[in-house]
Amino acid sequence: MTLTNRTKVVSNKQMTFVESLYLPAIFAGMWITIKHVFRKKITIKYPEQKREIADIYRGQHILKRDEQGRERCTACGLCALACPAEAITMIAAERIAGEEKLYREEKYAKVYEINMLRCIYCGLCESACPKEAIFLTQKIVDAEYTREAFIYGKDKLVEPIDMDKRIDVSKRQTDKVLKFKQLKHERHNI
Amino acid sequence: MIIYLIYKITLIVIILLMSLLIAMYATLVERKFAGFIQDRYGPDRAGPWGILQPVCDGVKLFFKEEYMPNTADKFLYILGPCLTMMVALLTSAVIPWGGTITIAGYNFPLQVASSSIDILYIFAVVSMGVYGIMIGGWASNNKFALLGAVRASSQMISYELAMALSIASVIMMTGTLSLQETVNQQHTIWNVVYQPLAFLIFFICALAETNRAPFDLPECEAELVGGYHTEYSAMKLGFYLFSEYINMFISSAVISTIFFGGYNMPFISNLGLSENIVTLLGTAFLFVKIFAFILLFMWVRWTLPRFRYDQLMKLGWKILFPLALVNLIITGIVMLLK
Repeated sequence: MTLTNRTKVVSNKQMTFVESLYLPAIFAGMWITIKHVFRKKITIKYPEQKREIADIYRGQHILKRDEQGRERCTACGLCALACPAEAITMIAAERIAGEEKLYREEKYAKVYEINMLRCIYCGLCESACPKEAIFLTQKIVDAEYTREAFIYGKDKLVEPIDMDKRIDVSKRQTDKVLKFKQLKHERHNI
Repeated sequence: MIIYLIYKITLIVIILLMSLLIAMYATLVERKFAGFIQDRYGPDRAGPWGILQPVCDGVKLFFKEEYMPNTADKFLYILGPCLTMMVALLTSAVIPWGGTITIAGYNFPLQVASSSIDILYIFAVVSMGVYGIMIGGWASNNKFALLGAVRASSQMISYELAMALSIASVIMMTGTLSLQETVNQQHTIWNVVYQPLAFLIFFICALAETNRAPFDLPECEAELVGGYHTEYSAMKLGFYLFSEYINMFISSAVISTIFFGGYNMPFISNLGLSENIVTLLGTAFLFVKIFAFILLFMWVRWTLPRFRYDQLMKLGWKILFPLALVNLIITGIVMLLK
């Protein structure tokens, strides 16, 4: 069985006189390089041009709010449990009277931190979340000067409260995905 | 008399500045060309098409920390790059950059020093170039630098022989050591037509003499870190790197002058232009040839892999040297039979 159609039998045959002059091979090589000079360049000139990103590209995370602007996250910790890189930490707190406009349920995440250097952008937190609170977005994480700056807290993760500044995740939160997340026989819901 | 003195000094300054400018932009062209060959754009951030890139590189080299190993021989360590740079710039003195310009009855030849031993002078000065590398490599007190220096010197010795012999056959043919005379004799037919083999040998040796790929064993990043300039930093390193480009420019000029008719432009005398314009056009044409050769140097560099050390020696002593001798003998026989 052959694994590839590019196999080539190695031989130790003596070079012919023309081959041993090397010049034909050198000119052939120079022909190859000069052809490349006139080829289309593959470089993407980054700040001016950007690579096209898929609609469901897994970039920086966002913590969603619901329709009334309340945080969806209830600090259940399933995302932190699902995270293979152990990038997520959180501290839960109880909602007190008067905070009903801020948090949807009685428990919320007082501290929610993702270490962007540890994160491998696998999206398992998004799959694990039962409250549809955490999503990955197309935004690419910015460069920072220190390691500490890469630990993103709620100030960077929670989406803005203004309706028109909300981040659209409908491309990744399709009906199919929602249905899959609710399947009882799948491992993630047992 | 005073006019000639002023004229010579201006010419010297112009040629010096020109060599530096061309070497400066050769670095950019090299990086661009390398980029194109590798399907990239090369530097294009500093100014349009990256034309300010050499300036940025120069500024960077000037402001880098001046580091000197404390075991280095101080005097020789500094002498190395200075010598390399000086020798690289010296060669341009005897190259005829054009014919003679006549203004108000005065004749101004576009050559700094015209003598009857131009070619000998070039060989003498070029072989001095290796001293800069040797001294620098030795004075660094570093194993890699020393190895690079040793390689450079043995490479120079092996290739200088073949180079001189290939030129010897041209000298036999033209019967002169003066470059001006050599150029004048190529008015109708270039020397490369009579001596293609000598040209090939000379070109290969020129690659070796300028320490450029595929013969860049003295630097040889893959084996010797940086070769002879491993311990150098800031502008001393800049001098070494820069002199390589000046050498390339001068080598191209020498090749164009000896083998490709120098400032002779075919059919120019049929156009009926005035003498001075013909001279200037000839100079422009010489520069076209020089730039073509510089590009050829770069093209070769970004195509061929580096030679192994024993292959380099074998090529120099067992192939190029006998080939140059055979060429010399053939030239002699043909001249006898004529």
